[in-house]
Amino acid sequence: MSVLVFVESKNGKAVKAGLEAISYGKRIGDTTVITFGSASTEDLAAMGKYGAAKVLVCRSINEVNDQQLTKLIAAAVDDTNAETIVLAQDPTGKAIGPRVAARLGAGHVSSAVDIPDTSNNGFVVKTNVFSGKAFAHVAVNTAKKVIAYTPNSLPVNSEESTAEVVEFSPDVNTGGITVKERKLQEGSVAPLPEAELVVSAGRGLKGPENWGIVEDLANSLGATTACSRPVADIGWRPHHEHVGQTGIAIRPNLYIAAGISGAIQHLAGVNGSKTIVVINTDPEAPFFKAADYGIIGDAFEVLPKLTEAIKKFKASNN
Amino acid sequence: MKLLVCISKAPDTTAKIAFTDGNTKFDENGVQFIVNPYDEWYALVRALELTEANGGTVTTITVGTNSDDPTIRKALAIGATDAVRIDAVPKDAYYVANQIASYAKIHGYDIVMTGKETINYNGAQVGAMIAEILDQPFVSLATKLDLQENTATLERDVSGGVEIVEVSTPFVLSAAKGMSEQRIPNMRGIMAARTKPLQVIEPVASEELTSVVSYSMPDSKAACKYVDAENAEELIHLLHTEAKVI
Repeated sequence: MSVLVFVESKNGKAVKAGLEAISYGKRIGDTTVITFGSASTEDLAAMGKYGAAKVLVCRSINEVNDQQLTKLIAAAVDDTNAETIVLAQDPTGKAIGPRVAARLGAGHVSSAVDIPDTSNNGFVVKTNVFSGKAFAHVAVNTAKKVIAYTPNSLPVNSEESTAEVVEFSPDVNTGGITVKERKLQEGSVAPLPEAELVVSAGRGLKGPENWGIVEDLANSLGATTACSRPVADIGWRPHHEHVGQTGIAIRPNLYIAAGISGAIQHLAGVNGSKTIVVINTDPEAPFFKAADYGIIGDAFEVLPKLTEAIKKFKASNN
Repeated sequence: MKLLVCISKAPDTTAKIAFTDGNTKFDENGVQFIVNPYDEWYALVRALELTEANGGTVTTITVGTNSDDPTIRKALAIGATDAVRIDAVPKDAYYVANQIASYAKIHGYDIVMTGKETINYNGAQVGAMIAEILDQPFVSLATKLDLQENTATLERDVSGGVEIVEVSTPFVLSAAKGMSEQRIPNMRGIMAARTKPLQVIEPVASEELTSVVSYSMPDSKAACKYVDAENAEELIHLLHTEAKVI
């Protein structure tokens, strides 16, 4: 089966969720990448490692204009005769995937967590629904299919291979939106939706001035910080850190939650995490039921101890 | 200014998630339905703020059966001018988008607004599909919207940050947290909602491009393993050797 994977490029670099989408595509069939922007040809060829045989790159596009990128992907579908189109389920994937599907008359599947089941001539994709509380198995009834893959659902491909890089310049002229300004978070840690390690805290921390111990632990791990809804609502932490049903849904490898009781709405946003550690003074906190590891104790004492233990662990492993 | 806000019902955020009919249907037994929070708190309330400041109308549109009417009345109580319900069971995102776009095409709106996703199916698909069918720009995950004549300035979430974008009407957007604050309907609004127009119209013919075959639940977790609060190193050891996440 011929697969086309859309990979977003930001500041000349392919986004991590996009590279994971290549791995996912490779599990389905022969994979060509369509991308844009100013990434070096060497970087693009290195997508072979994730499973791309060929990379089509449009150099004249540098920002996310949904209409322009939809035309670009549709042209690449024509060029490659791809039957399945894969995007990452991230902000850009959400803006473009369904649009591409509507243009092609293709069925669109959101939040895929596994490769399609093609037994009995079907095409059924397992997807996250109800904020991660259940899965829906969705059949795609059209010849062409668009799948938005949930990052960090399957292991990432790694092979000794380089992709053939081809300049691709179809007519994608369009009006629509103009990007005036981009404000990306500073620092080297991964943005929350892509983070593999996350340290999160809630009202149990008692005030914004106490976040230092949360940040210390996150820094020692190389983790991204997050928070519960009440903490974002009262302005202790910025809204983009709010994980949960009405915030961001995340599925890191490790989620450490301190001083968060674990309301059902919070769990909905984090229960896709591979390992959950809960630190709470209340042994009856509902979060312990969803945890893999629990510490009944005061975050003010436990977090600094964990930070020390991590530092020691890192020092002895280097 | 004419604004169209897409309203969907969704189970209350505390609802128990279960399935019936051999795991092919969501079990609505005992479930309270609410207006999907992203549609209500962000899309609808921002639309009302804009028309309150600049004049104009806010119409809500829903693809659903008469079981959706209570949530539509709630949106009217919050302040929408009138409501349209396309009388059909929403089959999939494309079906819904096609119904809404067909209606919007005839009536013409400056902005079509949706929530960023519903909290049940989490598809985040309908807005982008409406935009494609209408051949209009789509701003997804918008957290701010200001309007000067026909030019809108929006802030939108992107991976790792935000972008400020500019677009001319007409366009389509999906609204995310930050757009506005939740509004609680007052008694006057609730009374007025009873007599506001709710027009029920027939669906247009449309294909079903995807269908849910079945639902399943995640494997239940093993019991939580407790580590003593004094023994942080034990936890780090378990995360390294047992969970293998660090």
